[in-house]
Amino acid sequence: MKIQTILAAGAMTVAAVAAQNAQAGAVLDGIKAKGFVQCGVNTGLPGFSAANAEGKWEGIDVDVCRAAAAAVFGDANAVQYTPLTAAQRFTALQSGEIDILSRNTTATTTRDAKLGLTFVGINYYDGQGFLIPKALGVSSATELDGATVCVEPGTTTELNLADYFRAKGMSFEPVVIENINEATAAFFSGRCDVYTTDASGLASIRTQMAENPADYVILPEIISKEPLGPVVAQGDEQWSDVVRWAFAAMVEAEEYGVTMENVDDMKANSTNPGIQRLLGVSPGMGEALGLDEAWAYNIVKQVGNYGESYEKNVTAKLGLERGLNALWTDGGLQYAWPVR
Amino acid sequence: MSKPQNAPGDVRSKGLVDYLNDENVRAVLYQVVAIGLIVLAGWYLVSNTLYNLEQQNISTGYGFLDLEASFEISETMIDYSAQSDYATALMVGLLNTVKVSLLGIILCTIIGTIFGVARLSSNWIVRKLATVYVETFRNIPVLLQLFFWYALIPSAFPHPRDALEPLPGVLLTSRGMYLPVPEPDNAYTLMTIAAVISCVVIYFVKKWAKKRQDATGQPFPMLLAGIGIFVGLVLAAYLAGGAPTDMSMPALKGFNIQGGYNISPEFMAVLIGLTVYTSTYVAEVVRSGIQAVPNGQWEAADSLGIRRSIALRKVILPQSMRVAIPPLTNQYLNLTKNSSLAVAVGYPDLVSVSNTTMNQTGQAIEAISIFMSIYLGLSLLTSLFMNWFNKKMALVER
Repeated sequence: MKIQTILAAGAMTVAAVAAQNAQAGAVLDGIKAKGFVQCGVNTGLPGFSAANAEGKWEGIDVDVCRAAAAAVFGDANAVQYTPLTAAQRFTALQSGEIDILSRNTTATTTRDAKLGLTFVGINYYDGQGFLIPKALGVSSATELDGATVCVEPGTTTELNLADYFRAKGMSFEPVVIENINEATAAFFSGRCDVYTTDASGLASIRTQMAENPADYVILPEIISKEPLGPVVAQGDEQWSDVVRWAFAAMVEAEEYGVTMENVDDMKANSTNPGIQRLLGVSPGMGEALGLDEAWAYNIVKQVGNYGESYEKNVTAKLGLERGLNALWTDGGLQYAWPVR
Repeated sequence: MSKPQNAPGDVRSKGLVDYLNDENVRAVLYQVVAIGLIVLAGWYLVSNTLYNLEQQNISTGYGFLDLEASFEISETMIDYSAQSDYATALMVGLLNTVKVSLLGIILCTIIGTIFGVARLSSNWIVRKLATVYVETFRNIPVLLQLFFWYALIPSAFPHPRDALEPLPGVLLTSRGMYLPVPEPDNAYTLMTIAAVISCVVIYFVKKWAKKRQDATGQPFPMLLAGIGIFVGLVLAAYLAGGAPTDMSMPALKGFNIQGGYNISPEFMAVLIGLTVYTSTYVAEVVRSGIQAVPNGQWEAADSLGIRRSIALRKVILPQSMRVAIPPLTNQYLNLTKNSSLAVAVGYPDLVSVSNTTMNQTGQAIEAISIFMSIYLGLSLLTSLFMNWFNKKMALVER
């Protein structure tokens, strides 16, 4: 009798917990219930995601999370941040510890298909480059045979690096350090000749972390394509739609010339049907996404359009021009799917 | 159910209740239930994990081990390149872990014994210095010590272009230490064989010496003889092999120093950090072991006119070993496990390589299960060896 009771109780517990897990997955409902978006960011990459002097997170990656929060709650500050290393990031997303991973993450087939992730947009088109001390007198990556290279583990960078040197028939010695601050410290102390990551990251390291930025140069070669963008876990299509369109709204707002400053005026006076749809004057878009009709208005009002976010974070801090990230109308690659 | 049942073949013809009240039956029953619950919990965890992974569209299985790793590893003891598969990459990591752990165990035993004995020295300065060493390094977390050594080494030494050369051919740089090594030659294979043979010879000579001492009381200078046999045989092999003198000398070429043998700052930081930290514990183990030997043993040795240094070596230390071996085993296990902190300073140990693998393939659970079982295996092997050693050393009461 005893065994039976215990077994039955055990089986019931198992069944109950299993059932609970089976129902889990509605990420958006969870976010609404807890009242904020949990956002995975870089441990410190100025321009993309870094805490400022007051401890507030800012950067172009942070703005994606803020846009999603503005869309869901009408409050761009309803975000909590989890700083992650490259090696921790996917596990954090898979386990549900964070809702969005917006951490200069390259979209690749393996990550999209095998890791159970969904890339919802590309907020920065980048490529991998090399940062070296000027004193080395190297002017091209093809002269790097035999160099010691500092690199973060678990990145596409690490793989591209091996590919590039293999393709050129050159050798290198990797120094692989997980924490970006430890890794850059090793580079600046002379442990490595070269630091490699995405060109934007190199600009960030050079301008923000080097004692004297003029002592370092970024080599002209860009050895890879690095489309960086926000990622969510598979399983809640409604949530991935929200993030996808929150970012698209930022780009579309720039295309229409809607800015943080003129958004109220545009909402009241614009006769452009596209702008009216975007800002919820003619309703439907918010309802389609399961959000308030003012979702895109809130994004532009509180976070700004894509161009403003780029200007404030990337151009101002890192001195990088728009380049590939200009709007398609200006010869760049940023092209918003139409909000309609 | 509680109704008594009479089974025809049951001579005791007890009812089920009586049966359940039987002390022996109950003992078995409880154990079966306990095991059942553990199995159930395990099954629940595994099946739930698999189910959740499937729900999240995360692929599972160990098939990734055959895929090309496509990342480079800085320190490899076996052939490895970016074209090798993940299994080879993990093997490289494992060997690096074993290398740093083994060296760490040997060094921390030597250093720990010295400081342990020094803590009991009659010399005030020596005693106090040993105490300061032990108390300082024992009370700083080992991870911080690794960071400290790793920050120190690259900044304490110059760039390879201005390398320090304390001895001819030995270079000290911010990229680590470079040592000259002999160019590969058949003579070295011969020397290795000679070294193995000399160990066998020494073993038999030692047996003979012990027999003779037991029979006649005459001591045999085993240490000198051992060194003589070893050096003699190896030297003979070297000469027989043609006495090659070609050396690979480290020298600056391009960006880095090429040639010679490189001891990287990462390896040094991990080895020094682990050795220093663990040696403080070993020192305490040795000290307590010596103090556990009754004072009467010292006095007995004194009364026989044995010098103190010899008394320590021949009377006290062998007895203290018996007390010290079990806690020493713990320290060896700790050192091996702490070597997983190497990932923090970029030494490519098993955890570092597994982390990268996990990240490139997304197979977190599989990669973690692999390195957890390997650490378990390493620890069990260490334990087995130390238990065997303990048995061998244990006091045999007559």
